[in-house]
Amino acid sequence: MTTIELGNVSRWYGNVVAVNDISMTVGPGVTGLLGPNGAGKSTVLHMIAGFLEPSRGELTVAGMASWRNPEIFRTIGLVPERDSVYAFLTGAEFVTATARLHELADPGAAARRAIGIVEMAEAQDRKISTYSKGMRQRIKVAAALVHDPEVIVLDEPFNGMDPRQRLHMMDLLAGLGQQGRVILFSSHILEEVERLSGTIQVIVGGRLAASGDFRAIRRLMTSRPHVFLVRSSDDRLLGSALIGRPAVTGVELTPRGLQVRASDYGTFARELAGITRDQGIRLRELLPADESLESVFAYLIAS
Amino acid sequence: MTQQSRMSHRMSQEPDMAAAGRPGKRAGSPVSGVVNGVVLRLTLRATMGRKRALIFAIAPVILIGVSALLKLTAHSPVWPPEFLGVFGFTVVIPLTALIIGTSVIGAEIDDGSIVHLLATPVRRLSVILSKFTAAVILTAAFGAIPEYLAGAIATGPASKLAIGLFAGALAASVIYNALFVMLSVVTSRAIAVGLLYLLVWEGLLGNLVGGVRLLSVDQYALGISNSVAHNANLHAHLTLSTAIGMGIVVTCIALAFAARRLSSFSLKGDAV
Repeated sequence: MTTIELGNVSRWYGNVVAVNDISMTVGPGVTGLLGPNGAGKSTVLHMIAGFLEPSRGELTVAGMASWRNPEIFRTIGLVPERDSVYAFLTGAEFVTATARLHELADPGAAARRAIGIVEMAEAQDRKISTYSKGMRQRIKVAAALVHDPEVIVLDEPFNGMDPRQRLHMMDLLAGLGQQGRVILFSSHILEEVERLSGTIQVIVGGRLAASGDFRAIRRLMTSRPHVFLVRSSDDRLLGSALIGRPAVTGVELTPRGLQVRASDYGTFARELAGITRDQGIRLRELLPADESLESVFAYLIAS
Repeated sequence: MTQQSRMSHRMSQEPDMAAAGRPGKRAGSPVSGVVNGVVLRLTLRATMGRKRALIFAIAPVILIGVSALLKLTAHSPVWPPEFLGVFGFTVVIPLTALIIGTSVIGAEIDDGSIVHLLATPVRRLSVILSKFTAAVILTAAFGAIPEYLAGAIATGPASKLAIGLFAGALAASVIYNALFVMLSVVTSRAIAVGLLYLLVWEGLLGNLVGGVRLLSVDQYALGISNSVAHNANLHAHLTLSTAIGMGIVVTCIALAFAARRLSSFSLKGDAV
């Protein structure tokens, strides 16, 4: 079974630590590397793809070290984040040239197969300079697929795509994962990772904050203490009723409304409805106060 | 939990499928070859496709145009070695090589598209040699051949001077491009560093300090030219064997170093 293995991998630039002591195993199927911008996702992907030397630790792909080892690219297909390709080539020329660089037996057939997978056959004879962002992304994926690699690494593959292109790319990656390939992609958008991957690795501040099954991490995220801002016809009455409930751990009256800290998201939501009905309070507004991805990540690090 | 078990199920199933008959497998031989034809062709197309390629035309225009003009108007018999030899070898050929040599790989490193080339098993030495070959071909086309044509205009197509100039210009195309390709792998300011080398080292110090000539590419080119042309007005200071020997050493060291540096090519991560 092909895997990507990181053992206590760190990478620093001078005094700045970009990746701090990360250990993980990525197996077949789709794995999302999730984290806010600047968390170290690209650094990790670049090290996996052999375009950055780990400062410390062990890193292997299919059992081989990837730094200074071009042979690794028989196993890895890389889709870099930057959009620069040989824009003067047509899509078909670009993918065929990549197949030739891999010295495939039949570059033309391999290119047609890869272009077919990403559904770019119609546009393959147009120059890449005329492609939309989503098409460029797909032709880059075709080039990464042309030698039929076991491992595909994609850096922010959904960046700049419209929703339709995004869905298409997600289906594509899901299909490749189901074929038993190791698909590792990075994203800073929770929903993308949620839709696509059963397994996620969350990186925050250069550290691995959470790892494993997405549902478990999702539960961890939803069962954390939540802060809500509630506005009602009688904030004081509502506050006194809420503080009596076990799911509520704190209430504060503020000029903007009632700030409520709840330990359990689901229970709080159910009880709030009951209380307002029983007390005859009209609920005007209910806002989650800390739903930003950063606060979710911050919680994950702390736990 | 369900996801987990589905995952492991999938893992146990798939390897057979992965191993069995996917198309497009490799053609037995390891990725070999000193110069990679695909890289060479892509580089020639990319380099000629950039706007910068218009600058390549300056050298032939100057060399051939001015030679034709001097042929018609000049009375002094020393203008061919002075103009085509000294001016050609210290200004026209090196600048042409600088523009070409720094664009064959430097442009791709700058815009990041080199990653598509490096994310393949092609050996890094082979990438460098292919880029270098493309640069030599272009510099020969836009520098050395115009030198010969200009020499032919000046003293006749079979003259020793024309042939000597051609030999020297070809040698200069090879050695300068090895240096400039290396510079573009080592630094993102390859043009500036290359200009400094040409102006300060070859232009200034080369005239003042004798020993510097031993490490000046224009002197290798002049030495090689002079071994054919035997013309004192070329102001050649090095013998043929020294020029060729040093030229080979400089070329090999520059290319080997470039390949070594390209093997450590790194993408910038985030967080910095």
